[in-house]
Amino acid sequence: MSITQENATAYWKENLRIILSYLAIWFVVSYGCGILFIDELNAIPFFGFKLGFWFAQQGSIFVFCGLIVAYVISMNKLDEKYDVHE
Amino acid sequence: METQDILNFAFIGASFALYIGIAIWAKAGSTKEFYVAGGGVPPIANGMATAADWMSAASFISLAGIISFIGRDGAAYLMGWTGGYVMLAMLLAPYLRKFGKFTVPDFVGDRYYSSTARVIAVICTIIISFTYVAGQMRGVGIVFSRFLHVDINTGVMIGMAIVFVYAVLGGMKGITYTQVAQYCVLILAFTVPALFLSFQITGHVLPQTGLGADVEGGRSILATIDQLSLELGFQEYTAGSKTTLDMFFLTAALMCGTAGLPHVIVRFFTVPRVKDARVSAGWALMFIAILYTAVPGVAAFGKYNLIKTVNGPDKSGVAYTEMPEWFKNWENAGLIGWHDYNGDGKVQYAAGNAFAGKPAFDGENRTELGSRVVTNLTEGTFDASKQPFANEVYVDRDIMVLANPEIAKLPGWVVALVAAGAVAAALSTAAGLLLVISTAVSHDLMKKTINPNITDKQELLYARLAAVVAICVAGYFGINPPGFVAIVVALAFGLAASSFFPAIIMGIFSKRMNKEGAIAGMVVGIGSTMAYIIYFKFMGGTKDEMFMGISPEGFGTVGMILNFIVAFVVSSMTAPPPAEIQEIVEDIRIPRGAGDAHAH
Repeated sequence: MSITQENATAYWKENLRIILSYLAIWFVVSYGCGILFIDELNAIPFFGFKLGFWFAQQGSIFVFCGLIVAYVISMNKLDEKYDVHE
Repeated sequence: METQDILNFAFIGASFALYIGIAIWAKAGSTKEFYVAGGGVPPIANGMATAADWMSAASFISLAGIISFIGRDGAAYLMGWTGGYVMLAMLLAPYLRKFGKFTVPDFVGDRYYSSTARVIAVICTIIISFTYVAGQMRGVGIVFSRFLHVDINTGVMIGMAIVFVYAVLGGMKGITYTQVAQYCVLILAFTVPALFLSFQITGHVLPQTGLGADVEGGRSILATIDQLSLELGFQEYTAGSKTTLDMFFLTAALMCGTAGLPHVIVRFFTVPRVKDARVSAGWALMFIAILYTAVPGVAAFGKYNLIKTVNGPDKSGVAYTEMPEWFKNWENAGLIGWHDYNGDGKVQYAAGNAFAGKPAFDGENRTELGSRVVTNLTEGTFDASKQPFANEVYVDRDIMVLANPEIAKLPGWVVALVAAGAVAAALSTAAGLLLVISTAVSHDLMKKTINPNITDKQELLYARLAAVVAICVAGYFGINPPGFVAIVVALAFGLAASSFFPAIIMGIFSKRMNKEGAIAGMVVGIGSTMAYIIYFKFMGGTKDEMFMGISPEGFGTVGMILNFIVAFVVSSMTAPPPAEIQEIVEDIRIPRGAGDAHAH
């Protein structure tokens, strides 16, 4: 394994930062919009839905898909940057 | 019904022929092929297989029905069962793939350098997987008895035989490629009727947008259902009844449970590289999302059609003798029950329980009108200020998806396709679970714990033997279902969330976590969750006694939090793990080098 200890630590730190920022979005759309603030959001109409209801039953799932795609792209870039890809 | 029967047989028969053909083509020769398909499955195929593995009879048959009847609160299942994949992709899959072994107990046992931890993990795996598999076999039985007019028991036997052929012969390799085919069958079977239904009711082809569309007089379908529900004494469809805290905990338990289920995790051992593990989690979620985003539409359209059909255009009920064919078919299958409380000969659907629990039929005895006699009647009273009549029907929520095409009068081949899809959903999940059980026995128990000297060939034999035993046990539960399938499924998620999930997360993200901490955490997590569920589900605990109003289904989250706390406290008071374990943790954090790691 050619990677140095320093690089490994730096790679791991950036990895954690990426994960945490995506998980923050994940938390906001599902637990935030779909559960905690659903009543407030329901006051807003959205293409025939109440917005909170839409987030809870559909919107959050679309966002989840987008999040994994974005995560895969970020991680592939990060792997290249630290030369740890396969 | 004659042509319909032929269509049903043709669709289900053709799908079975396909699965067996694939199984023969993909026969496994080594333990590595049997356990992880040789580690060479392309990510997109793995994504489809994971989706089929994950989407069980519960997703296909029950989910839309649950949402149809509980409305907004059903979102906990939608978000819980999809959001878990975000955690899987980011927190578990890549690192476990890099670790590169065959099973979840492998990781727990090696990372925590302890055969006690491994055995605890094996026990959890077996309990979780068996509770799940029983429900699948039951799903197969329902479909067979309703659509092929065979006895439920014969249906279960046929299902067992099919799974036997491809799980025992093909192992993970056979299962993976069969699941790809099963995914295609089940997704077609779910979306085709969903598109028809959506177009019929809203004029939108996609159920995802159809759910926001307008019906009768420019009111949206959701507002219409809200209105219909209020008129019948229900609460609004888009209003919730669970407390925010309970929703929060239930969703979290389902999410963490999803991320901690052994049969899902093991799928990520089958791809060639760490990168592929991330990508295939993405594919899996997208394939799942195709079904899950259609579910809310199907649920709402089904509810709308049900109310319209049963209560009729003048909203006063329809005479039993004029009820459509599907109503009587499902009554014969025991999943619909009717009692004419007000004696007007009409079927009426409103809020309230028509019977004390599920209808108890008086054998084959019929009333003058031809309906089945039900014995566990209720008072049949109702609050006249809220609803126009008492509820007279019991509709099992599991029939919603299966009956939808018939309620909407869709063509016969759609009905047959749905039947084949439901069987595909149940069989694919059952096969994945059976493989996990057999691997836990042959690999984790026999090879790693009891007798490390057995050869590859012997281990493979044990794996196949264990699969045979597991199929028989599953079949037994399918034929003699415990009256609490729904409860044990909640138990499975709670257990996975409160045991594996924290143990794996800490194993990857904390170098300091040692075996004492992990074992104590798992024991406390599982113990508290099981105790809570058993107390409230089997020993008659009442709602007022619930901890902060959290339902037993959501308690897995509390168990998980306890697991984390106990693990950190105990590990901080005991010696850190040995240096070589800390090196393993550093190694799994770096993707490079996974290619050779999975060769034992």
